[in-house]
Amino acid sequence: MNFLEIKNLKTFFHTRSGTVRAVDDISLTIRKGEIVGIVGESGSGKSVTCHTMLGLLPQPPARIEGGSIHFHGDDLVNLPHSALRAIRGKRISMVFQDPMSCLNPFMTILEQVAEPLIIHDNLSLEEAEKQAIEMMEKVGIRDAEKRARSYPHEFSGGMRQRVMIAMALVTKPDLLLADEPTTALDVTVQARILKILRSLREELDVSVLFITHDLGVVAEIADRIVVMYRGKVVEQGEVKEIFSNPKHPYVKGLLACRPTLDCKYGTLPTVDDFLETIEHENGAIEIREKKNIENTLQKLVETKKNSEKEQSDPLVEVQNLTVRFRSSKGFIGEKTEDVLAVDGIDLTIQKGKTLGLVGESGCGKTSTGRAILHLIRPTSGEILYEGKSLGKLPAENLIEYRKKMQIIFQDPYASLNPRLTIEQTLTEPMQVHNIDNNNSSRRERVVSILEEVGLSSDHLLRYPHEFSGGQRQRICVARALAVEPEFIVCDECVSAMDVSIQAQVLNLLQELQRKRQLTYLFISHDLSVVKFISDDVAVMQAGKIIEFGKASDVYTHPKENYTRDLIDAIPSPYNLVKD
Amino acid sequence: MVKFILVRILQAIPTLFLIATLTFFMTRMAPGGPFDSEKNIPDEIKEKLEAHFGLDKPLHEQFILYINNLLQGDLGPSFKYMGWDVSELIAKAFPVSAQLGILSLCIALLMGLPAGIIAALRKNSSYDYFLMISAMLGICLPTFVLGPLLILIFSSWLGWLPPLGWYSFSDMILPSLTLGLFYAAYIARLTRAGMLETLNQDYIRTARAKGASPIRVVLCHALKGGLLPVVTFLGPAFAGLISGSFIIESIFFIPGLGRFFVTAAFNRDYTMVLGTVLFYACLIIILNLVVDIIQASLDPKSRGR
Repeated sequence: MNFLEIKNLKTFFHTRSGTVRAVDDISLTIRKGEIVGIVGESGSGKSVTCHTMLGLLPQPPARIEGGSIHFHGDDLVNLPHSALRAIRGKRISMVFQDPMSCLNPFMTILEQVAEPLIIHDNLSLEEAEKQAIEMMEKVGIRDAEKRARSYPHEFSGGMRQRVMIAMALVTKPDLLLADEPTTALDVTVQARILKILRSLREELDVSVLFITHDLGVVAEIADRIVVMYRGKVVEQGEVKEIFSNPKHPYVKGLLACRPTLDCKYGTLPTVDDFLETIEHENGAIEIREKKNIENTLQKLVETKKNSEKEQSDPLVEVQNLTVRFRSSKGFIGEKTEDVLAVDGIDLTIQKGKTLGLVGESGCGKTSTGRAILHLIRPTSGEILYEGKSLGKLPAENLIEYRKKMQIIFQDPYASLNPRLTIEQTLTEPMQVHNIDNNNSSRRERVVSILEEVGLSSDHLLRYPHEFSGGQRQRICVARALAVEPEFIVCDECVSAMDVSIQAQVLNLLQELQRKRQLTYLFISHDLSVVKFISDDVAVMQAGKIIEFGKASDVYTHPKENYTRDLIDAIPSPYNLVKD
Repeated sequence: MVKFILVRILQAIPTLFLIATLTFFMTRMAPGGPFDSEKNIPDEIKEKLEAHFGLDKPLHEQFILYINNLLQGDLGPSFKYMGWDVSELIAKAFPVSAQLGILSLCIALLMGLPAGIIAALRKNSSYDYFLMISAMLGICLPTFVLGPLLILIFSSWLGWLPPLGWYSFSDMILPSLTLGLFYAAYIARLTRAGMLETLNQDYIRTARAKGASPIRVVLCHALKGGLLPVVTFLGPAFAGLISGSFIIESIFFIPGLGRFFVTAAFNRDYTMVLGTVLFYACLIIILNLVVDIIQASLDPKSRGR
C-alpha cells in the first residue's frame, strides 16, 4: 500500500542570480513499513524534497511550482499551515544531519524529547516525561532516567543523534524523514545508529525515508533506493537490483568512483567519465552516457599494476611522541585537567610513500599530524626529518623545514582566507620563503601550479567564495605546493566531500605524488579511502598506535580486534551483493 | 558558585587600587587647586585651609594617607561642601540618580525588547523598517536635543508634565523618558540582531519540524539565546544609568550624582572626584558580576566555568 505518494513535485528557488530548479519534476512512493533511501550528491535536491514535504522551506525564495504529495488522503502541498503543523512531529517526523547544532543548547534533553508529546498529545508533563524516557531507553541511551536532565553539550555526537531519533519517534509517527543522520558520525557509531533504526522500524512499524550521499550506508539500511541527480530522479529500484545492475550512467559512475576495500582501480573513475550533460536554453538538462566507458575504465585499472612502490629511506621519523593539552580553569588556576591526546607513539614515513593514519574522532590523529609539523609543540618525544631532530632547532632554522612540510586541512571553506584572491593566497607562502623574488616569475609559477591542480589562470583574481567545495580543496592543494614541499600532511582532506569530488581529489593527490615524488601522511576516519591511497597504514586508538603495517596486510589480516571492528563497520554495498 | 564570586571579588581589589592611584595623581596633575577660584582669599587663610586638608604635605604622603583612610572605608571630607563627607554626599545624591536610572531602564526594556522581537520576526517588512529607523533616530539624537524637545512638547505646548525639578512622580517622567529612549533604541537593535541569529539556528528548524507553533518557537526556543547579547550589554549600561547622567540632571535640575561629579571635577574637589570614581568602579564591577551570573543561568554551557 502506498501511503505516501509524491507526484511530479517541483520546488524552485527564485534568487537574484536566477531560478534554481532544486527539485525538478520528481515522483516517488513509500509503502507502509518500508525504508526508502534517497541517494545523491550535495545540491541534488534530496534535502529540499524532505523539507518540502514538511513545509520547512523558507518561502520565498523557495516556491513549489507544481505537483502533489499525498499522505493519508491529504495533499501536503496545499494544506493550510495549521493542519500541516498537526502532521509535523506527530505523523511525519524528521531527524537532521548535524546533531550538534540541531538540538537546542538551552533546553535539557528531557524537555526536548518530551516536547512533541506536549504539543500534539496534550499529555501532562509527568506523563510526557515518562514516555520520553522510555523512548530514550529504546534508542539505546543508558541511564536515560539519570541523564535526561543534562544539556546537549554534555552528550557525545552519537548520543545526541540517538536523542534526535528518540525525539522524532516519541509520538509514534507513521513516517520518519532521516536527512543524512549518520554523516557526521564515526563509522562504528554509524553502524550502531543504523542498527537501532532498523530494529525500531520493526518495533514501531514506521516507514523511513533515508537521505544520504553514501551508497554504502543506503545499502545497509534501505529496501529500495531512489537516486537523484541535479533535481531529478535518475533511477529507482530494489537495492540489489541497483547495485548489481545499474542502468543510468550517473548511478554507474557513483558506484565506481567510491573507493572500496577491494578496489581494482589504480586511479579512481569519476562521474564525469560516465556521462555528459547538455544544458538547453530553457534551463532543462539532458544527461547522456559517454561512449567507450569500458576502455576508459580498463585504462584506470591498468594504472594499478605499476603502483607497487619499492622500499625507500625514511623521510620523517616520529619517536615516542606525546602531546598533552593542559586546560587550566579559572584565574588562580585551581583545577587543571590534562588531556593526553597522543600517548608516546612511534611512526616512520618513507620517502615517496603514503602513510595512512586512521582512527575515530578524538583518537589523537590530528594532534599527531600537527605535532609532526610543529604547529603544536610536542610535550615530549622527537620528530626527525631526514635524520635531523626538529625539536632542537632554533626557531629561525625551523622555517627551512616549514618550506619542506605542508598541510592540507579538512574544511576548504574555513582554511582559505575569504579576503585574499587566489593569487594572493598562493603567493604569500612564496614571499615568506623568498621563492622567485619578482612578481612576474611568481605569477608564472602560480599559474603553472594552478594548472597542475586542474584550475586555470582565469581563476587568479577570484575570491574563495566563487568556487565550489572541490575547487577550493584544489586551491588548498595548490597552496601547499606553492613552496615545493617534500612532505604533505593531508588532515581529513576529502572527508567533507561527495564521493565523485572525493575521487577527483584523491586522483589529483596520487598524480602529484607520482610527478613530484611527494610523501604524504594521510589522516582520515574513512578506512576505504585510506586503503585506496596508502602504502602503509597505522591504526590509532586513544592516543596510541595499535597496529602498523603494509596497507594490504592490515586490511586482510588485522591483528587487533579494534581494527577488525573498524573494518567490519564500513558499510559496503558489496557485502550485500555477496550474501 | 561561591568560589566564583569570591575569586571575582579578589580580582576586583587590584583593579580598584589601580583606578584609585591613577585618579589620585591625574587630579593632582591638573592645574589649579580646590581653593584657587574663591575670590580674594587671603594667602594666610588659604594656607590654613590647605594645612587643614593636608594639602601642604608632599604628594606621596598625601597618597599614603588617602589610601590608609580608604582602607578604613573613609572617603574623606569634601573640599568644597564644607562640613560634608564625600560618603555622605554620595549617600544623598545616589538614590536620586538610581531612581532615575531604574525608571529609565524599565522604559528601555519595555520598549526595546518587544520592538526588537517584532522587528526580527517580521524581518524586512514595513514594521521592521519603521522600528529600526526609529531606533536609529533614538541612537543618533543626543539627549541634550531630545530633553529640551520633550520639555517643549509636553510642558510648554501641552502642559501635561512639569519641565524640571525632582519632587513628585510626574517630575520623573520626562527625564526618565529622555534617558530611557536612547537605551530602548540600543536594546531594540541588539534584540533584533540576537533574535535573527537565533532564529537562523538549526535547532529552530528542529522545533518547527516537531510541529511547534510560531509562538512556541519564539518563547520556548529562540528567546533565551536571542537575549544573551542584551544581557551582556545591560551590565555596564545599568551601571551608567544609575550612577547619574550629568546632561539629563542639568537639563531637568535634578540633584543627582552626575551633577555632583562634574562640578567636583571643575572645582578640583579632589576627594569628591576620587570618591565618585571609586563608587562608579565598584558599581560596574558588581553589576558585571551579576550579569555573568545571569548569563550562566541562561546558558548551560558557560556554567561551571
